[in-house]
Amino acid sequence: MDYATFLQIFDTTLRLATPLLFACLAGLYSERAGVFDIGLEGKMLMAAMASGAVAALSGSVWIGLMAGIVGSLAFALVHGIASITFRGNQLISGVALNFVASGITVLIAQDLFGQGGRTPPLEGGARMLEITLPLAETLRPVPVIGPLYADVISGHPILVYVGLLLVPATWWLLYRTRFGLRLRAVGENPASVDTAGVSVKRLRFSAVLIAGVLCGLAGAYMATGLQAGFGREMTAGRGYIALAALIFAKWRPWHALWACLLFGFFQSLALRPDVMQAVGIKIPGPALDALPYILTVVVLAGLVGKAVPPRAGGEPYVKER
Amino acid sequence: MTLMKTMLGAAATLALSSAIASADPAIIYDLGGKFDKSFNEAAFNGAKKWAEETGGTFKELEMQSEAQREQALRQLAESGANPIVMTGFAFGDTLNTVAPDFPDTKFAIIDMVVEQPNVKSVVFTEHEGSYLVGMMAALASKTGTVGFIGGMDIPLIRRFGCGYAEGVKAVNPDATVVLNMTGTTPAAWNDPVKGAELAKAQKSQGADVIYAAAGGTGIGVLQAAADEGILSIGVDSNQNHLHPGKVLTSMTKRVDNAVYNAFNDGEAMTAGLTVMDLKADGVGYAMDDNNAALVTDEMKAKVEEAAAKIKSGELKVHDYMSDNTCPAATF
Repeated sequence: MDYATFLQIFDTTLRLATPLLFACLAGLYSERAGVFDIGLEGKMLMAAMASGAVAALSGSVWIGLMAGIVGSLAFALVHGIASITFRGNQLISGVALNFVASGITVLIAQDLFGQGGRTPPLEGGARMLEITLPLAETLRPVPVIGPLYADVISGHPILVYVGLLLVPATWWLLYRTRFGLRLRAVGENPASVDTAGVSVKRLRFSAVLIAGVLCGLAGAYMATGLQAGFGREMTAGRGYIALAALIFAKWRPWHALWACLLFGFFQSLALRPDVMQAVGIKIPGPALDALPYILTVVVLAGLVGKAVPPRAGGEPYVKER
Repeated sequence: MTLMKTMLGAAATLALSSAIASADPAIIYDLGGKFDKSFNEAAFNGAKKWAEETGGTFKELEMQSEAQREQALRQLAESGANPIVMTGFAFGDTLNTVAPDFPDTKFAIIDMVVEQPNVKSVVFTEHEGSYLVGMMAALASKTGTVGFIGGMDIPLIRRFGCGYAEGVKAVNPDATVVLNMTGTTPAAWNDPVKGAELAKAQKSQGADVIYAAAGGTGIGVLQAAADEGILSIGVDSNQNHLHPGKVLTSMTKRVDNAVYNAFNDGEAMTAGLTVMDLKADGVGYAMDDNNAALVTDEMKAKVEEAAAKIKSGELKVHDYMSDNTCPAATF
């Protein structure tokens, strides 16, 4: 056990926490506006396929990124129409979207490339390259902080930094702007927002579409940043872990960051049984994988403070007549 | 009512005619999917080869979920397909209950032993093939540390890992083998992101050759190894071409031959256990243009020598599934 091993684990943590963070923030916008979103997983998967496929065809990761966002937005729009316009059950709509995504991504990729629902491996400009932050090499000799900066903070695809910056941006938007106030209000008491003459539907739609964009970033990061291409079911349940993180964070942006980093840390620790043995703890990998869900149940049970979801969450708004 | 009758009648006719017309063989792919570039794809290639050579047709079915197994199997059997080949250990229990209901249909299952009078069980000696690629990994490694990444943690995958570790230790008794499993649920076969992170974690522990026996997850392992500038070893199908010059070799499991043979035998297929071992060319390692530069003549000679010893029975590789222990590694 040395410092370099710790750095390596933190490096992995940051990489694995980023898709969780995007999806978690996506859920935060949507649920704060009163629309539950089980479909994070499906939207990420759709975005991963769209970005992987378009990046492979165009050779440009940025066009792929746009396609990923569009793919995810299309799903978000369906969710919005089903649950806001037609006041359908939000959970059912989300689950349905997950199933559709699971099938349609493989179908489209198979039709385009004939490689078993996989996109061809991306190369060169079709992949999201890691960027080195300024002064990374200059600062490396500085003890403790130098390697931390050069190895952990620096050297990630740009979306990792975008994700981290989105946390204060989300906080500012939700708590310091008029839009944010209304967004939170529409999730707590839509009738009062309606009385004030603000459209509930428009607010909820904008929240759901923001969630679509964020899930698009998550999926595109997985297909072009973490991996070089799309593979079937490649999100592997990360949308649900993000949902767990959202509850764990009690629907607050800064807490969402810590929750995602913590869950990412569990995931990266599960990859290194040797490290755990070295520090004398023997936790089986599967237990670490299950830890996010266990912690979420603990929080939901009210053992660590109270997790209060937005009051109007899950209920379609019906104007009183 | 009339409509109902017509439809029922039509359905009956259809079922009848298909039963008469075809004793077509059928194949069911397991959850990894037909084009997994690995196990199921090898099965498909065997079926395709048979169809091309004989001009025959075959039925195929891709599993979408665990719940479909029995239904899919019964449907194919009722449609008159014969023989029915299924890939994957997970069909074991289902086949055991379904096979007695269709005594006239022949079944073949790959990777699992099912003792029924109309079932042919085909198993491979993955530990022997893994032993050979393990030797090659140890010979190619400069750091003395090599890695193994398995898919779902099941005895079959441990058999891969155990044979591999034994092969590594045979060349270099001081070598370190880092063993990781991706997970304990079927999702572990399709998580390339986790596979890539595991490969990076193993590299940071010093591994410079990594063997992936993990289905779709292996794609991520091979990719990460190529990105990080270390070598990888593919599995089941020949995966050398995925990253030319960066995949040391592939442990090939000739599932295609097993399917091809079963289709060729047709209804005359004999039930019982068939072991596809190194001697029968059931397992082996892949050499082609893509990895020719990576494998030296000396490496090849050593591996060939061991292969000859295994074939003659002089060298016995421990089979994890025989006693659920592994002398060369701890899981």
